Amino acid sequence: MKTSVILGTMTLAAMAAGAAGAQTLSDVQDRGTLNCGVTTGLVGFAAPDANGDWSGFDVAVCRAVAAAVLEDPQSVEFVPTTGKTRFTALSSGEIDMLARNTTWTFTRDVDLKFEFAGINYYDGQGFMIPKELGVSSARELSGATVCIQTGTTTELNLADYFRKNNMDYEPVPIETNAEAQQQYIAGACDVYTTDASGLAATRAAFETPGDHVILPEIISKEPLGPLVRHGDNEWGDVVRWTLNALIAAEELGITSANIDEMKAGTESPEINRILGTEGNLGEMLGLDADWAYRAIKANGNYGEIFAKNIGESTPIGLARGLNAQWTDGGLMYAPPFR
Amino acid sequence: MTTLSDPQGESFRLSMLLNDTRYRSYTFQFIALVCVAALFAYLGSNLMANLRAAGLSISYDFLGDPSGYDINQTMIAYTSQSSHLRASIVGLLNTLLVSILACITATIIGVVAGVLRLSNNWLVSKLMAGYVEMFRNVPVLIWIIIIFTIMTAVAPSPSAFRGDDPDASMVFGMIAFTNRGVYVPAPVFEPLGWVVLGVFLASIVASILYRRHARKKLFDEGVLLPTTWPTLAIVFVPAILVFFVLGRPITLDIPELGGFNFSGGVTLLGSLIALWFALAIYTGAFIAENVRAGILSVSRGQTEAAAALGLRPRRIMNLVVLPQALRVIVPPLISHYLNITKNSSLAIAVGYMDLTGTLGGITLNQTGRAIETILLLMLFYLAISLTISGLMNVYNNAVRLKER
Ligand SMILES: N[C@@H](CCC(=O)N[C@@H](CS)C(=O)NCC(=O)O)C(=O)O
Repeated sequence: MKTSVILGTMTLAAMAAGAAGAQTLSDVQDRGTLNCGVTTGLVGFAAPDANGDWSGFDVAVCRAVAAAVLEDPQSVEFVPTTGKTRFTALSSGEIDMLARNTTWTFTRDVDLKFEFAGINYYDGQGFMIPKELGVSSARELSGATVCIQTGTTTELNLADYFRKNNMDYEPVPIETNAEAQQQYIAGACDVYTTDASGLAATRAAFETPGDHVILPEIISKEPLGPLVRHGDNEWGDVVRWTLNALIAAEELGITSANIDEMKAGTESPEINRILGTEGNLGEMLGLDADWAYRAIKANGNYGEIFAKNIGESTPIGLARGLNAQWTDGGLMYAPPFR
Repeated sequence: MTTLSDPQGESFRLSMLLNDTRYRSYTFQFIALVCVAALFAYLGSNLMANLRAAGLSISYDFLGDPSGYDINQTMIAYTSQSSHLRASIVGLLNTLLVSILACITATIIGVVAGVLRLSNNWLVSKLMAGYVEMFRNVPVLIWIIIIFTIMTAVAPSPSAFRGDDPDASMVFGMIAFTNRGVYVPAPVFEPLGWVVLGVFLASIVASILYRRHARKKLFDEGVLLPTTWPTLAIVFVPAILVFFVLGRPITLDIPELGGFNFSGGVTLLGSLIALWFALAIYTGAFIAENVRAGILSVSRGQTEAAAALGLRPRRIMNLVVLPQALRVIVPPLISHYLNITKNSSLAIAVGYMDLTGTLGGITLNQTGRAIETILLLMLFYLAISLTISGLMNVYNNAVRLKER
């Protein structure tokens, strides 16, 4: 019993210690580092390299926020979280923000009391299966053994989908993507299901990616984005507008290559407002005038981040699709900077 | 001491609370108690204040809501539309199942290994010493993962059983070892089949009565009746006879490969097997040491005396040594059983859906009710542990040295 008691007490203490007031911004600035919750490792989205340096699509958001707030994109403490631990980590105050392929849902927003700062990837849940099983549609999966990560929207969607289509399956609950990958490769489950982007990233890490197919059915909407605790609107604004700055930068043609040039002043008032040469947007956020300049300079604009980490020229090879700018027929649409 | 005269009618003064050794310990205990209570009150009120500030409240209403997730091993009817409470009970039953299986297996392994470690055969005793040291000194989580990994890596996947010339085949044509678990045949009872089962259970009772009778005869009249063969005969012969006379009313449902998986029969999930064996082997090593200590605690003179009376070694063990050793073995056994139950919460490492996996895992995560679920989880484990120690204490009292 002792361990349970200690665990319980620690949880209570952690909840108690997370006296999360509305001051995350000054906490982060005083501390000098940003604690950012990420995955335990999903190449392309968030994974450490051999030197322990994290990189990826979600990591870039953390770095942009650190650049805006702390003037240094490297001042980030990455905290790996699983599907199960991520929300406790955020609500207890262990991390300042979470950027971990997390789906914006009603209950997470309203009941769990989080604040989604926006959407950095429009995704949906898919299935991956070895080619040799000869399955071409998710409708043929009745009776299959399915690997799923616990604590995700994935497992709920899966239960709904199979119930709706009157099929049965055997779930194999798994903590992390790495374990799921291992089980799937060993054939302990027939199918792996998670967000389609995650499937692509997982498949890219296989020895022979060509032996596996991702089925055409997308069974859910998974808008993924960074989130913060509910109730600290100043901090929520900082994260939201940092993300918006990255997206707007792509739309307005601000890139890491031309940003220094543009910083000297341009014809476009909106670019000038973003880069701080006109108006006082930074001051309104509680930051300095160069906040967005640093955020964009850290890893480039949204399009550059996408292309570098998960885009078509990378092994993961995701097309922009829904994640193209609205001007290109996608859903990426930053509200105006004024 | 005797030189001190009794302090005559000394009245109680406040300073005695600190100066007088008779009262001092009470004072300090009281202060400690107040401090602990204050600490908990502080944590509690702080928690409440923070929860209120975050707009959260403690409520168990979520237990009635549909859980929304599926579970791969359910001993009672359950679907994703069942409530969170039902999911917790499914988890509780899974916890109890693996704990009971592991407790029984660990006891058998422990007793055998403990006795063999004292064997005069050098090889056997060294082998057992090796087993004990190896398993006792590596964390049980590692053993769980090792066994699970070996199972998934070594056993063939169900697809290997497919085709005209499959890579793998079923043992005896009815048991399939796969990397997802072991599929074994399940008995199917036709109405008359229950009669066979009834006869079998009655025979077991009869065999116990027979052994009692034999024992009484030995103690009262000194007549030694044979027990081993008659017991086996009483247990099996009537049941087998009835089985054939009634026209084999019990058949086997043999697992068959269809679609993605085997269906039919009983499935022992790989996660259950890994957890069960890891817990059993790990705890068995501790129990082996207790058994050895228990046996060594019975002085050698007892064995020699029994031998001098002409008892054979097995009888010495059963009649003289073990009854006395049990009183040393049983108390630590209780804590090993408790440990097995608590260690079974490592189940999530291999995806076995026990109480921690359902209530403390998916339910906690999907509802976000961390405090409520953790408190409930503690309550469940506390109840299981108290029940086990209660039952084992009854047994302990039964084997205790009777002082006459
Ligand atoms: N979007 C879903 C699922 C998120 C999820 O767990 N994604 C997986 C695969 S895309 C992941 O990031 N795994 C990384 C890890 O195991 O740490 C949710 O928010 O519940």
